[in-house]
Amino acid sequence: MKVIISVIGKDTVGILAKVSTVCAQHNANILEVTQSVLQDVFAMTMLADISDMTVAFTELSDELSALGDKLGLSIRVMHEDIFNSMHRI
Amino acid sequence: MINIGDILETITMIQDEHLDIRTVTMGISLLECADSDIDRACEKIYDKITRYAANLVPVCNDIEKEYGIPIINKRISVTPIAMLAAACPSQDPVKFAHTLERAAKAVGVNFIGGYSALVHKGFSKGDYGLIESIPRALAETSHVCSSVNIGSTKAGINMDAVAKMGKVVKEAAELTKDGNCMGAAKLVIFCNAPEDNPFMAGAFHGVGEPDCVINVGVSGPGVVSAAIQKAGDCDITAIADIVKRTAFKITRMGQLVAKEASKRLCVPFGIVDLSLAPTPAVGDSVARILEGMGLENCGACGTTACLALLNDAVKKGGVMASSHVGGLSGAFIPVSEDAGMIEAARGGHLSIEKLEAMTAVCSVGLDMIVIPGDTPAEVISGIIADEAAIGMINSKTTAVRVVPAVGKKAGEELEFGGLFGSGPIMKVNTSSPARFISRGGRIPAPIQSLKN
Repeated sequence: MKVIISVIGKDTVGILAKVSTVCAQHNANILEVTQSVLQDVFAMTMLADISDMTVAFTELSDELSALGDKLGLSIRVMHEDIFNSMHRI
Repeated sequence: MINIGDILETITMIQDEHLDIRTVTMGISLLECADSDIDRACEKIYDKITRYAANLVPVCNDIEKEYGIPIINKRISVTPIAMLAAACPSQDPVKFAHTLERAAKAVGVNFIGGYSALVHKGFSKGDYGLIESIPRALAETSHVCSSVNIGSTKAGINMDAVAKMGKVVKEAAELTKDGNCMGAAKLVIFCNAPEDNPFMAGAFHGVGEPDCVINVGVSGPGVVSAAIQKAGDCDITAIADIVKRTAFKITRMGQLVAKEASKRLCVPFGIVDLSLAPTPAVGDSVARILEGMGLENCGACGTTACLALLNDAVKKGGVMASSHVGGLSGAFIPVSEDAGMIEAARGGHLSIEKLEAMTAVCSVGLDMIVIPGDTPAEVISGIIADEAAIGMINSKTTAVRVVPAVGKKAGEELEFGGLFGSGPIMKVNTSSPARFISRGGRIPAPIQSLKN
C-alpha cells in the first residue's frame, strides 16, 4: 500500500529530516518527495510504500500527527488512492 | 507522483471546506424475519441486523483513518417495517421500533431507517397500524427514523394517507414537545420514494434491493461554494462548469469509499447518492452557493433558477464519477440544517412558498421546516398534497419533513442541536383546505405515467 504524507506549515530547519526519520524507524520506504516554500509556508508531499512497515498504519499516522503538533505543522498520512481517484480519470 | 497542487487541493477541501462522506448506509432486507409471533419476529430482526452490521462502524472508522476523509454517519436502512407488521396485524408495531433501536445501539450506528410504509395506492394489512404507531415509535426511540410514501407518478396520490399523515406529523411533534418536537424531525412523507436512499430520515431498504447492500451519500456544499467564490466574475455557463468539475471530484471520493467499504464488509455496492447535503456549520451551506452565484439572499427572485442550475450541474458532474448513481441525488434544501437558509428565513427573505417552488427543481422537498405549533393538521396535509403533486407530475422524488413547534409561534425559533441545527418558525398560510383533504380517495396517476 502506498500513502501520501503531506506536511504543511511554517518553514523551519530539519522538517524533512524529522519526518523521514519516523518513516525509516518503521521501515516505510519513501519513494518520492516534492516540496515548495511559498511566502514562508512550507508544503511537502511524500509518496511512501508502507507494505513492509513494522507497525500498523494508524501508529505511523498518529506518530507523524503528534510530530506535527510538536513542530506546529499539519502532517497527514492518507492512502494515495484518494488523490488518484479524485484527480485522475 | 500526483501533482502537489492536487494534493493540497484535496486537503484544503477536507480541512477547510467541510468535504466529507455524509453517510455510509447499509441496507438490510428483513423480509425473511416476518413472523405471526411478533416477539419471534423481533428476535430474528435483532439477530440479522447485529450479525450483518457488526463490522460496519469499525470498517468505516478504518477507512476514515486510512483515507483521511471524515465519514460523518454510519447508518442502517431496513425493509419497510409495515411489511413485517402485516404478518402480525393485531400486535403493537412499536415493539419493532424498540428492536430496531436496540440493534442500532448494539452496532453503534447513528440512525436506523425503515419504520416505514408504502401506501401510494392504498393501505395493505399492517400499513395503517404502523402509520398510527409512528408518533409513539419516534417518541420512545432516538435512533429510529420513519417514512411513508403516499404517492407516485405511476399510482397517483393516496389522499386518505395524505389526510392521515397531517395528523401523524402533529402527533409526532406533540408527543416529543419536551424534546424540541424531535419526533416530527425523524419522519418524512414521500412521493416517489427511492428504494436505495442512504439519507435519513427517509432511508429504507426497498423490496427490489438485494439481501444486503452498501449505499453511500456524499456531501460538499462548502467545496462547491469555495470553488465559485474563487472563480470571481465569470458568466453563468462557467459557473455550471465549475459545479460539474467539483461534483465530479466529490463523487469520485464517494465512489472510492463505497467500493472500499463494500469490499471490506463483503457486501455488494449499491449506489452513490450524488447529493449536496448541508450542515449548520459555517461554510457548509447550499444557500451560500446560491448566494455565491449572485443573489443577495437565498430566497430572492432568481433563487429557483440558480438552484436548477446547481442541481443539474451536480448530477452531470457526478454521474460520470460513479458506476451506479441512485438515491435522492441532487441538492438538499433543509432549512434548519443550513446556516444560509436559517439566516435567509430569519431575515424574512425565504418563505415556504418560495421553498415549494425550489423543490420543483432540487433533489427532495420541503425539508426541516419549522412551522407554528397551532398549524391545523389539514393544513399540513395540504402542504403534503402540494409537494406530492410536484413530485408526481415531474416524475421526481418530493418529500415533506415539517416540524410543528408545539406552543410556539411564527418568528420564534426551535433548537434541535447537532446536524439537525435550529429552525426559525416560518409563517404558514392557514386558509383552510379542510374540505379538500376530507374528501379522501386517490388523485389519479397523471398522463405522464403512461409511458408504455
